[in-house]
Amino acid sequence: MIAIIDYKAGNLKSVERALNKLGFSCRITNGKEEILSAERIIFPGVGAAGKAIEDLTHLGLDKTLRQAFETGKPVLGICLGAQIILDKSEENNARCLGLIEGKAKSFPSPLFSVKEERLKIPHMGWNDVCLIGKHPVLEGMMPHDEFYFVHSYYPMPASNEFIIGTTDYGMDFPSIIGNKNLIAMQFHPEKSGEPGLRILKNFCMWDGHHA
Amino acid sequence: MLSKRIIPCLDVRDGKTTKGIKFKENVDIGDPVAMARFYYEQGADEIVFYDITASSDRRDIMIDVVHRVAEEIFIPFSVGGGIRTIEDMRAVLLAGAEKVSVNSEAIKKPKIISQGAEAFGSQCIVLGMDVKRVEASKSIPSGYEMVIHGGRTYTGIDALFWAKEGERLGAGEICLNSIDADGTQDGYELTLTSLISENVNIPVIASGGAGNIDHMFDAFTQGKADAALIASIVHYGTYTIKEIKENLHAKGVKVRRTWG
Repeated sequence: MIAIIDYKAGNLKSVERALNKLGFSCRITNGKEEILSAERIIFPGVGAAGKAIEDLTHLGLDKTLRQAFETGKPVLGICLGAQIILDKSEENNARCLGLIEGKAKSFPSPLFSVKEERLKIPHMGWNDVCLIGKHPVLEGMMPHDEFYFVHSYYPMPASNEFIIGTTDYGMDFPSIIGNKNLIAMQFHPEKSGEPGLRILKNFCMWDGHHA
Repeated sequence: MLSKRIIPCLDVRDGKTTKGIKFKENVDIGDPVAMARFYYEQGADEIVFYDITASSDRRDIMIDVVHRVAEEIFIPFSVGGGIRTIEDMRAVLLAGAEKVSVNSEAIKKPKIISQGAEAFGSQCIVLGMDVKRVEASKSIPSGYEMVIHGGRTYTGIDALFWAKEGERLGAGEICLNSIDADGTQDGYELTLTSLISENVNIPVIASGGAGNIDHMFDAFTQGKADAALIASIVHYGTYTIKEIKENLHAKGVKVRRTWG
């Protein structure tokens, strides 16, 4: 069973629907035991970091997530779930989970493209991901695949060793990060068509190890 | 680099699409779910559903459509038309839409934008704007006025003011429809589109007037649009989305070209 962590942050149903489509059983839950006994965990989220951490902590799920991560269970963070796994966020100055050293940063404003066009915040729409390393969850990803983003902050790990993929939006920012059995992406794989579904499928079969 | 989005728009009445669609493929014409699936496979970046069901007690039909679409396509889609309350928004979003758009209701009751943004996040709230060109005046300095009821009623609100106000209230995106250009197939209203797009910091979808691919190119370049809404030119089979994208790519517009 795959646990989709429910802390009232955004549309968890779309992740559930995508997994169902792929034929994997999952449950949207905030039950600690259910999360700890799950085979793997998806940690989604939209909204503001401060409120998200507050809600997580209130439910006691901050500890549960840390515990699950430490036991080696595969964990997938999506969107805000790729930011609040860091130590802190510039958004609401929130102290976060600290599963990866680093912080979530806001895009500089104003932001310009190489053609000197002013870029809007949030970064919304389809964009490329340039892979830095190999990862079992990203198996089959093609260089021209694009993914759906919507965010104003991005994850910035303290060390490059945690960066798996980057995206260009006026600057190169880390769009896929990971640490051991944890992988997290700023874009929404559940809204990124077939290339996104492929990532979810890979995650659902990943053993949490990677070379 | 961020791609420009190509967004087919489907009008739905009582659970059926309204335009006579000429597909060569075996698509159930009139079924919004089958059409959404078709455009998803064709490479649409997003889909907009506009519910033109007249009676509000038939809203459940649209919610059912949204449910079924959400099981079939894995790209964002939005639903507009007949959204009057936060509860209407919630129903559509819970059914699986990524975004919900408000238009005339937001003019009557601007708070629906801020309440929606607070409850669901700005990224969910699209401000739909129907705009007509008028003579610039003290009350309409931009020369573009907000209209409702399909353009029959002038509101006295300046379109540029309203776009900025919508952004301030928490809209995450603007779908900008020129009533003058709508249905003409003569091209988007480029002056209006660039005026709005350059004065807000949220994405702007150009809408109304697309008759060929050059019109879309113009909307992205001169019009500074982030996305382009299309209807007839794909519904009637003039172009496939793939043809549109390949053509735009050849002209140097960044678009998403693979989706397999």
